[in-house]
Amino acid sequence: MTTIKELKVSAIENGTVIDHIPSKNVFQVIKILHLEDAADMVLFGTNLESKKYGKKGIVKASNKTFKKHEINKIGLVAPNATLITIKDFQVKTKEVVKLPDTIEDIVKCFNPNCISNHEKMKTKFYVIDKEEVRLRCHYCEKITDKKNLIIR
Amino acid sequence: MRVLDVAEEFEKNPRQNLLNNYVVATLFFEPSTRTRLSFESAVSYMGGKIIGFSDTSSTSVQKGESLRDTIKTVANYSDVIVMRHPKEGAARFASEVSKVPIINAGDGANQHPTQCLLDLYSIRKTQCTLDGLNIAFVGDLKYGRTVHSLTQAMCQFKSTFHLVSPPELKLPSSVKMTIKEKKLEYIQYTELDEVIPKVDILYMTRIQKERFADPMEYEKIKNSYILKNDMLHKTKSNLKILHPLPRVNEIDEDVDDNKRAYYFQQALNGVYVRQALLTLILGLK
Repeated sequence: MTTIKELKVSAIENGTVIDHIPSKNVFQVIKILHLEDAADMVLFGTNLESKKYGKKGIVKASNKTFKKHEINKIGLVAPNATLITIKDFQVKTKEVVKLPDTIEDIVKCFNPNCISNHEKMKTKFYVIDKEEVRLRCHYCEKITDKKNLIIR
Repeated sequence: MRVLDVAEEFEKNPRQNLLNNYVVATLFFEPSTRTRLSFESAVSYMGGKIIGFSDTSSTSVQKGESLRDTIKTVANYSDVIVMRHPKEGAARFASEVSKVPIINAGDGANQHPTQCLLDLYSIRKTQCTLDGLNIAFVGDLKYGRTVHSLTQAMCQFKSTFHLVSPPELKLPSSVKMTIKEKKLEYIQYTELDEVIPKVDILYMTRIQKERFADPMEYEKIKNSYILKNDMLHKTKSNLKILHPLPRVNEIDEDVDDNKRAYYFQQALNGVYVRQALLTLILGLK
């Protein structure tokens, strides 16, 4: 079974696989990690079968590794994602994504009157609830939650 | 607390020439009377020079200059910048791009910390303590940033909060959460009368027209709570009435001569607190 599933999105020789992404958030993960600009092959799949979650998305980035703080940002849209590094078609490491304590320059503040929506500047949030994904804006102090989350 | 102690020194002796040769910029991107004038009065009492603007109509802001550029430029001309801005978080952002200290004189509906300090000063002065007081906030608790700031501050002193507002203008849940986190009590009311005998501080606020997108909504609730002298028969002897001013009609003028009325003295205290803040920030105290 596993082999068939892997074939739906081809295996990569070297690089990173991000598994267990909610299907509808695959493109947001690609955006957060700037994979649109990747030089090498990037494969993705959505609405794949998952025993755990019913449906899931997957992203495979060839010849690409991520720093921990970089990859953890995707916890915003894929809190249960698994990060797998691949070398010579073999799994080298496997870990679950953890949302960092602060999030910089990815999320838009949901408060239309926040200065960060009116100046050319980076946004910054403190993660006050990692389970529910609730972020307090460093500037206006308002809380942006999951339902108001917009990736810049 | 250090700010309040230094403010006390200034109350005894406001005219001290500590800001001689200093330039203070007051940048008011949004109109204000008391805050701006009391800062300018504080600077003048101490012999400092003031540059700045009280509205943006004659500035480069009208030409589309960014806040970043305005602050970076003015920081070259001054030792400290006092700013009010309609966007929330503007002062914090300014402090990150400025080479001189920034004092937040109000950022949108977010915070108004110097008002909060002068409120604390007024409460401590009239009650001889900040601890364990019963404080009522009346009026616009949703948009009134002075209420938000003072609630957060008074949470450090184990206050009990009595919240009187129309249902449309209740204290935001994020502020109520702060009270809960400190395991303190708050009680919500829609009538003003029943709260008056219970409290040490009655903090009145204006229903702010400029915060309403719909003028009909404003007309509907603008006269919700009007404090009159004959409502003040049964009060605690130490009760003081505070108001950040300006008032429209929420405190009847017949209250002004009541010994419990403290709002004009409160506005004067703003000068001492701002003197304290300026000198502490500049390392002069």
